[in-house]
Amino acid sequence: MTIFEQEKSLLEGLVRNDSDAIETIYKENFSTILGFILKNNGYPEDARDIFQESMIVLYEKAKSSSFTLSCQIKTYLYSVCRRLWLKRLQKSNRYYPSYELAEEMVAVDEELEWHEKQNDDFLLLEDALSKLGEPCKSLLEAFYIQRKTMPEIAADFGYTNAENAKTQKYKCLVRLKKIFFAQYKNVD
Amino acid sequence: MDDILLMDAIERYRSGEMSPQEMIYFEELRKNHPEIDQRAAEQTFFLGEMDKLGERKALRHQLHEVENKLANEGLISLKEGKAKAKIVYLWNRYRRTIAVAASIAGIVSIASGTLISIFSENKVAVITPLVDHKLNQFESKLNQFEHKLNDASATANKTTRPAFEANFRATGFLLDGRGYLVTNAHVVENAHNIIVENKKGDQFVAKAVYIDRQTDLAILKITDTTFKRVTGLPYTFSKTPSDLGEHIFTLGYPREEVVYGEGYLSAESGYSGDTTSYQISISANPGNSGGPVLDKSGQVIGIISSKETNADGVVFAIKSKNILAALKNISPQDSVRLPVVNTLKGHDRVQQIRKIEDYVYMVKGN
Repeated sequence: MTIFEQEKSLLEGLVRNDSDAIETIYKENFSTILGFILKNNGYPEDARDIFQESMIVLYEKAKSSSFTLSCQIKTYLYSVCRRLWLKRLQKSNRYYPSYELAEEMVAVDEELEWHEKQNDDFLLLEDALSKLGEPCKSLLEAFYIQRKTMPEIAADFGYTNAENAKTQKYKCLVRLKKIFFAQYKNVD
Repeated sequence: MDDILLMDAIERYRSGEMSPQEMIYFEELRKNHPEIDQRAAEQTFFLGEMDKLGERKALRHQLHEVENKLANEGLISLKEGKAKAKIVYLWNRYRRTIAVAASIAGIVSIASGTLISIFSENKVAVITPLVDHKLNQFESKLNQFEHKLNDASATANKTTRPAFEANFRATGFLLDGRGYLVTNAHVVENAHNIIVENKKGDQFVAKAVYIDRQTDLAILKITDTTFKRVTGLPYTFSKTPSDLGEHIFTLGYPREEVVYGEGYLSAESGYSGDTTSYQISISANPGNSGGPVLDKSGQVIGIISSKETNADGVVFAIKSKNILAALKNISPQDSVRLPVVNTLKGHDRVQQIRKIEDYVYMVKGN
């Protein structure tokens, strides 16, 4: 396999949530990022956070229909981690990085902007979920996050049938939507 | 249309549970009722966000699991204690201050002795500038293949080829034909095994006999018995500062093959006023670390070490007089004698390179 094919199959694995692919990407790239962050006033915990974030950015990117592989995974991850870390350093007023790997880099501004927006949305959504109260919160989480089926949920939550559970789910969803959009529009 | 009904319709529409007729009806409904259409759009967006949130949480969970698994297997290190990281942090933050203080007050041995010993206990792979730490599999495969070929055609004076996989690559060059090379401290400071390889592909085991993190210089000694003393080092080492604008060139191993680069001296000090380095303008890549910087008459004026964060072509090279200083501090049994005759002067660049390239080595290791 050429490098290109290897990388392509890794990305395909990532999109499929294949643990082996994720493991390989971790093994091949984590130590570089860890080194970069430690060298630039970070702790291992920071490296862990940043790397995870960059994996999510890569995942989102690989998932998008417009995606083509224009650089190596390591170049991409390094570019993303670097940006994320610089941003965090600036925010916390910790020193500007003095050391940098002489690695190739690619522009990642667009996807990072999008990623940040997405993160903000998720925060709002989670916040709205927490304000929803029980059993609505657990019900929605069971369906959308744990991906349980309606019959399973009906059994878990003690509804007589899936149809009732579904009606309840929609009621909760409508409430959640109201809370979410009330804040969402404020933010915008 | 009631919110709940609409929600149900959209969810079924999104998941493809609707019958074709229902779909047409629903699309018509949206088209003809802008008010419903707007609510539908809002809900579609909202349900999309819910789906994505679920997907994101699942991915995070999975990433955590992979991380923990690899950490348990010791393949990646995460849980370095805060204390150790703090030392790295402080070290990075104050190392220049320490370097200055040390040079003024002569407390090198005390300050570096304690700090460095803690620092080096840290098993974190500290990655440093311009060392190529990511020798990819492809390259190492290629190497193995090449080596097999070489082995097959090896003659009587075959050199040793230790079977190991390098995880970094940089450059070094001979100071003394008896097998002493200079490179950057950051290249070899965490290495367990060091191999140097000349242009012909002969590999030799080497060890670091001197490492100074302050100047970022390391001196390696080839310990391999197959190494034969080489003569005729063509370059000499400049003892005096070089001038701005001076044309310079370098040879190094950003690839598995020696690469030439040229540029000019752009400032008399290095990163944030560091007077032990020059700023040079040259193209340097991972693997160039430790490469010689020569002026037009073939004098070594510095060693490539790092490059600046936010600028293009801003590369730093440690001044050659630091090598001279390092040689005074090296242990007496490793007395290095620098070449005194420069045979490069007056030759054109192609000939100069031809003379030099045999003395510039790839430094690899793990």
